[in-house]
Amino acid sequence: MIRLVLVGTSHHHAPIELREQVALDRDAAQALAARLAEGGREAACLSTCNRTELYVAADDAEQAERDAVAALASLEPDVEPALYRLHDRAAALHLFRVAAGLDSLVPGEGEILGQVRVAHELGAIGPVLDRVFRQALHAGRKVRAETAIGQSPASVSAAAAALAEQVFGSLAGRSILLLGAGKVSEQAARNLRSRGAEISLVANSKTERERIHERLATVDVVIASTNAPGLVLEAATVVEGLRGRKGRRLVLVDLAVPRDLDPAIGELDGCYLYDIDDLEQIVVETLSLRRREAERAEAIVAAEAEKFHEWHASLDVVPAIASLRARAEEIREAELQKAEALLGRLDESQRRAVDAVTAQIVNKLLHLPTVRMKQAAVAADGVLYAETVRHLFGLDEDER
Amino acid sequence: MAELLFWPALLLYGEAAVGYFGEVRRPGRAGRAATWGVRLGWLAQTALLAAQAARDDGFPWGTWASSLSLFVWLVVSAYLIWGCRRPYRLLGLVVMPLAVALLVIARAGGGTGSASASHYSNLFLVVHVGLVLAAFAGFTLAAALSGLYVWQERRLKTSPATILRRQVPALATLDELALRTVAWSVPLLTLGVAVGLVRLVARGDRLDALIAATAVTWLVWCAYLGLRLLGGWAGRRAAYLALAGFVLVVVVRLALPAAHFA
Repeated sequence: MIRLVLVGTSHHHAPIELREQVALDRDAAQALAARLAEGGREAACLSTCNRTELYVAADDAEQAERDAVAALASLEPDVEPALYRLHDRAAALHLFRVAAGLDSLVPGEGEILGQVRVAHELGAIGPVLDRVFRQALHAGRKVRAETAIGQSPASVSAAAAALAEQVFGSLAGRSILLLGAGKVSEQAARNLRSRGAEISLVANSKTERERIHERLATVDVVIASTNAPGLVLEAATVVEGLRGRKGRRLVLVDLAVPRDLDPAIGELDGCYLYDIDDLEQIVVETLSLRRREAERAEAIVAAEAEKFHEWHASLDVVPAIASLRARAEEIREAELQKAEALLGRLDESQRRAVDAVTAQIVNKLLHLPTVRMKQAAVAADGVLYAETVRHLFGLDEDER
Repeated sequence: MAELLFWPALLLYGEAAVGYFGEVRRPGRAGRAATWGVRLGWLAQTALLAAQAARDDGFPWGTWASSLSLFVWLVVSAYLIWGCRRPYRLLGLVVMPLAVALLVIARAGGGTGSASASHYSNLFLVVHVGLVLAAFAGFTLAAALSGLYVWQERRLKTSPATILRRQVPALATLDELALRTVAWSVPLLTLGVAVGLVRLVARGDRLDALIAATAVTWLVWCAYLGLRLLGGWAGRRAAYLALAGFVLVVVVRLALPAAHFA
């Protein structure tokens, strides 16, 4: 039977200093998978900023595990104590949890699903890894469709975008004004842009900021993150800017500490002001929501892992079932040939009817043994049943 | 027979009203059950109204109480257009308890039973009563949207941390929908009132308190439309004006009824 082996490390087991030593780009991941797959095995490498995992499907699980450990240790010898090693059902369950985002730093994050897809595409894939990766992608999609685990913002920048959506609905065509160009404000702006908003101005210099009230009449979202020691935008300036807005709403996001935007702006009609504390509270709230949804997601993933286990276990008995059916078909055809003298007198439709009836008898006789063998395979008696069937029907003798 | 249909309608609307309160506490199942309560209750009330119309062979909602029953049906019909969508479920928190209360009042006033013969023609009743009630149903819905706007805006200003716990339409969407609903309702009211005035002049009748209050209501909603379309009003100010307009609708529908319908 082909066994499934997983060797890897993640943010749960290794610090960033160690993880970055074994992180692989796409080409390196593809090359490593190809190397591990030599000798008729299957292999795939999943490498992200939080994990590097090698999945190998092979007849000799111990050897496959040793090779995978050696491959990672060749990148960084110190990584070995931080490696986890999982087999068959546990390995599949782990991959399904990873694809569903349940093993991620932020539960339910969506990027991992794409990374699992890439690992599948770049791997040296055979029937077992193809099945387990496809089912993992299915489990990941199902979790996101049937739970709310990925629906709420998990970062300050996503929280800012979610708040803007609560005010405007769609952000398509909304214009953004950036006050200062820090990393966090860039991320927030990127998040808004991914939802259709456009950056209309980046006011970085003091001169640009002094004329900001002119721009306030036209923009929809202001994101501030300067290093200024005091307020950059006073409520009085915003009041002046609001005159040209004709009641249009304005969302202001203050990511700076000390704050750039006058807290009194939040009191103005049509102005919605949020500072870094507001956004962080949303993220905290969101994470607790995601954790609650993760309980439902675990049940979905467990059910998918069970399905994979049933399929994987059935591989034990599939050759015996195939041999048994081939043997039965062989006997049926031989007996029909023997009866050729009698059947020769039948017309074409009668011959077809006899053929169908005999085929039906064979199928009905073999249906229950086939089902029972697959059930036995799931309960770990599969090999015993397969051997018994081979012995009872003389299947090995035929093959000899 | 028609009488019997009142109870399932009332019970299902009641279930919906309770369900929407449950939706506030824990979004999900209660909201879905409430939405089904609205749908099935609406079907029961539709059957009730159809049975009334068939029995009386005409327009049986010319009295104050029976027109209230028709008004409830129109409000729920208008709500059903959006209410089935998840973000709008909380509108039911305003609409459904109101529907239950008005249906009970209509029943108490004999509005779900057999109607006495009206001296008005069916055509006049359909146009005048039908249009005025349809407009009032629209104003009720616009007020519910505005109420939701005020509530959601307050949450956005004071407690953003929990804002994503409940799915509520964006402020801009609520504002726009309220405007659109009023934009449809004002012409209906204008036409309904005009037909009534023509009839009033032709018969040489005198103005009564209800007609005066309806005229004030019409003025307020026209002002709402004018201020929004020409004066640049939007958001909270417009929402408060819509709520004030709704107070007048309540006065017209409930406080000044008897003489006009007599």
